[in-house]
Amino acid sequence: MSAKIRKIVVQVDEIHIEMNRPVVPPTRRALAMAVIDNPYAGRFVEQLDELVAIGEELGALLGGKCVQALGIEPGQAQSYGKAAIVGEAGELEHAAAILHPKMGAPLRAEVEKGAALVPSSKKRGGLGTTIDVPLGHKDAAYVRSHFDAMEARIGDAPRANEIVVAIVVTDSGRPLPRIGGLQVADIKGEDGLR
Amino acid sequence: MIEIRRLIEIRRIFTHVEDVHHEFGPVAAVPLRRGSIGVVLTNPFAGRYVADILPMMEALNPLGSTMAHRLRAAMDVPVERIESYGKGAIIGSAGELEHGALWHVPGGYAMRELLGWKGDRAAYMKGQGEDKSGQPGNGLSIVPSTKKVGGPGTSLDVPMTHINAAYVRSHFDAIEVRVPGAPAADELVFVLAMGTGARIHARVGGLKAADIAKWDGLR
Repeated sequence: MSAKIRKIVVQVDEIHIEMNRPVVPPTRRALAMAVIDNPYAGRFVEQLDELVAIGEELGALLGGKCVQALGIEPGQAQSYGKAAIVGEAGELEHAAAILHPKMGAPLRAEVEKGAALVPSSKKRGGLGTTIDVPLGHKDAAYVRSHFDAMEARIGDAPRANEIVVAIVVTDSGRPLPRIGGLQVADIKGEDGLR
Repeated sequence: MIEIRRLIEIRRIFTHVEDVHHEFGPVAAVPLRRGSIGVVLTNPFAGRYVADILPMMEALNPLGSTMAHRLRAAMDVPVERIESYGKGAIIGSAGELEHGALWHVPGGYAMRELLGWKGDRAAYMKGQGEDKSGQPGNGLSIVPSTKKVGGPGTSLDVPMTHINAAYVRSHFDAIEVRVPGAPAADELVFVLAMGTGARIHARVGGLKAADIAKWDGLR
């Protein structure tokens, strides 16, 4: 693992009751975050290759930790998302280098299939910054019941020279979806949209 | 009108497990693992003053045990590796601080029993002290805690100390616990926390875990 990891955090959020109604089975979302050293902190570097490689490693590591935390088979994963918070001494493009070139394939391998674009967000921030990780159905972006987001935050990260990388995997959509749109049962899951 | 209300209604469960590898010092051979579990319940006393809230404490006992077991399972470590613990509560705005106090017995003793404590919970509830007989058992020390009233997404710093001797200096710690969006005004968040060791680069002296000798929950 070329990333220098200070901390890994895994959270699972289960909703059993919403607006006094039972949610059966409970909806479950897992968030895995890594706090890493930013090898390019404080300087402009044209080729961000180290971060691209780190993105590939973390796609597998964090995606795998989410699936493990949910206790599901990979094929039971329903939606995903990714995000990064760059510390003050970095630039937004450092987040892009981690998230976009090589993170997708290993993340998709952890959840099987994954035809859809992995929704993402990124920002720069100090310690305790919260980022909302956007979520969408992993095979069909237009499944309306699965539009969601999960808050990601680590109280003591990122330091100025660090980056927080977050991946979310769920085994469900929102707790009481009822606003219509494309249903899971109707997806083809080939073009990643419908 | 007869209002039949179940006292315990679980709305949400939020677990958090973290591995700390270093804090810019030498990378630990075995990362420190810390975990917390937050259970979001309906507050059956929200919105009014109820004098006798003790039936809820009784009803919480099984939940305390379930949550302690779930936290250990989420941390995926054997019971023998747990070295520190803490507990807490965040009360929604339609409740009162005292509702959070209901968790002291069911939450604290559940963790201590998980870790092998063989004391008498019923005696404690009657206000009797324990006979800390010097047995080198586990879960001897008081489980430290914090509680507060707050809005959705309130963060609580939950103190953690060594499970057998509160004065072990390397294990004085705290973990931030936060359930996004909770508690709503009519909710309670009850929290348990456990850890597998000392702070990652602990080096300010004091009583060491290896030197615990009195087995009185303090030293």
